[in-house]
Amino acid sequence: MTRHPTVQMLIRLGTTVSSLAITMFGLVLVTFFIGRVIPIDPVLTILGDHARPELVERLRMELGLDKPLPVQFWIYLKNLLQGDLGRSVMTTNRVVDDIRLYFPATVELGTVAMIFATVAGIPLGVLSAVRRNSALDQAVRVFSLVGHSIPIPVLGLGSLLVFYAWLGWAPGTGRVGVGYVGLTPSVTGFLTVDALIAGDTEVFWDAAAHLMLPAGVLAYFSMAYISRMTRAFMIDALAGEYVITARAKGLSPARVIWRHAFGNIAVRLVTVLALTYAGLLEGAVVTEMIFSWPGIGQYLTVSLLNADMNAVIGATLLVGFVYMLLNLFADAAYRILDPRV
Amino acid sequence: MTARLFDRAWLLSDSPQSRTQAAWGRRYRLWRDFRANRPALIGFVTVMALLLCAIFAPLLATHDPVAQNLGQRLQPPSAAHWLGTDELGRDVYSRLLYGARITLGMVLAVVALVAPVGLAIGCIAGYYRGIADVVLMRVTDVFLAFPRLILALAFVAAIKPGMTSAVIAIALTTWPPYARLARAETLTIRDADYIAAVRMAGASPGRIILRHIMPLCLGSLIVRVTLDMSSIIIFAASLGFLGMGAQAPSPEWGTMIATARRFLLDQWWVPLIPGIAILVASLAFNMMGDGLRDALDPKQG
Repeated sequence: MTRHPTVQMLIRLGTTVSSLAITMFGLVLVTFFIGRVIPIDPVLTILGDHARPELVERLRMELGLDKPLPVQFWIYLKNLLQGDLGRSVMTTNRVVDDIRLYFPATVELGTVAMIFATVAGIPLGVLSAVRRNSALDQAVRVFSLVGHSIPIPVLGLGSLLVFYAWLGWAPGTGRVGVGYVGLTPSVTGFLTVDALIAGDTEVFWDAAAHLMLPAGVLAYFSMAYISRMTRAFMIDALAGEYVITARAKGLSPARVIWRHAFGNIAVRLVTVLALTYAGLLEGAVVTEMIFSWPGIGQYLTVSLLNADMNAVIGATLLVGFVYMLLNLFADAAYRILDPRV
Repeated sequence: MTARLFDRAWLLSDSPQSRTQAAWGRRYRLWRDFRANRPALIGFVTVMALLLCAIFAPLLATHDPVAQNLGQRLQPPSAAHWLGTDELGRDVYSRLLYGARITLGMVLAVVALVAPVGLAIGCIAGYYRGIADVVLMRVTDVFLAFPRLILALAFVAAIKPGMTSAVIAIALTTWPPYARLARAETLTIRDADYIAAVRMAGASPGRIILRHIMPLCLGSLIVRVTLDMSSIIIFAASLGFLGMGAQAPSPEWGTMIATARRFLLDQWWVPLIPGIAILVASLAFNMMGDGLRDALDPKQG
């Protein structure tokens, strides 16, 4: 049975959206119940251990904690759909506002890391596929094996030691030097962009310098993955008959490699890049803790340690949602860009 | 019998006389391929060495891993303290040895939890197809869609930071790829003629899955497990580093980095030495896993 292409497209879209909705619901459900079974009483966190019992009781009712769990979940879900994630106990702000404050820092870090990883990883992968088993190929292999095996705390602390303490090339932790904090009005939330908008080049360069080390650390992991995948795809593509034909026609090696072979793996690479970007979000949690980067990972970890559950659920949902969207995008890119699928 | 295992001609015989001979011949060829792979062998030897360190930690340790000596804190490596001392004057070398027990123990616990569950779910979904397949794979997809570290963090924080909850949290986020893998393998096996033959001979679905499908999924599962071990090590260390894994006096490597972090600028070896231990362990598992994959499964290159 063949259906009209538009109908097929709609069916596919419907399946995707509904599976996204189901997964998202699962995410909310799991995080909510994890958040509610936490043994630390949120009321006592707010009021302290010595609060009067009637006060504790009143707050418990105000927070809706006296209702049965399914009812609490229903209320949470309703609020969530209206964009309300509750209030953070720690910062006393609405979680949505907190996220708006912290998330851009993570996106800025992740995006710069992604640019580093792509710019370095793809050429390395292509070159090592072209010169298979050469010294360069071996070096790239070892390099990416180490990238695959090294824990972020080690790489982060090691690079701080070498580039900050010993060589003095990089500024210390944080997003910007202490003297520049809060000088730039926030427009986009990305400090480098905001500084440029404000025309403050001094802040821009300082913020950019602070970005290098954490972004570099994050980029290394993604680069290891990107270069390995690029290498594998390229080896596959270079063995294709169309590449042999292109060579036989007398095209220059550069044109054969970049236009014919690379052109054919570009679609698959988009998928890899989207998946990598999703992975960066996770790596950012540990990286932010090492570099005191005021992003969503730090917000999440500090909230966890303080049992600030609204903040934890909100941040987890956000990261989960972005992660899912990127995965979905990876899948969709593959389907839309590759005419064969 | 044992003598025969060292008889190469018997092992490599083209026409094995018994099942045992064929099985051992296959294992020997596998080992030969694996051994020819230099990095894989290095990885294997390192893993074995780590295991021995963990098992014989009490014999190899020069000091009590938890004995404090505040007069001797943050010492650089010396004859008395081979890898120096930490912020409470505890011997880092001895702590690393005991830490190997924790790390490898956690890895084994996670694998013991995850591999059977993933295998069972994948095989059942793949064998029965239909509604069981849809439901099980939907659940798997939901778990695959979670950012692993973040789910684990939230989970550990909810239960109680500690080793047991870290193991459960890691297991909870590690099983879905195994289920996917086992399902894919099962789908290729289930319609084979010999499965049809077994079915016609009257075998129950349970018997077919347990005796005829699962054993064939094991090869790729083992490869995947070995390759995953390094990510489990890193995962456990990251949880420890964030204060959500093994708790403070415990010599877990990630926790050791976290507590010694603030001495990075002046006594850099204190936080970095446990970090190097994690790196070595995870490299070794990766190298061994790559070798195993090449030997067991040459098509996956």
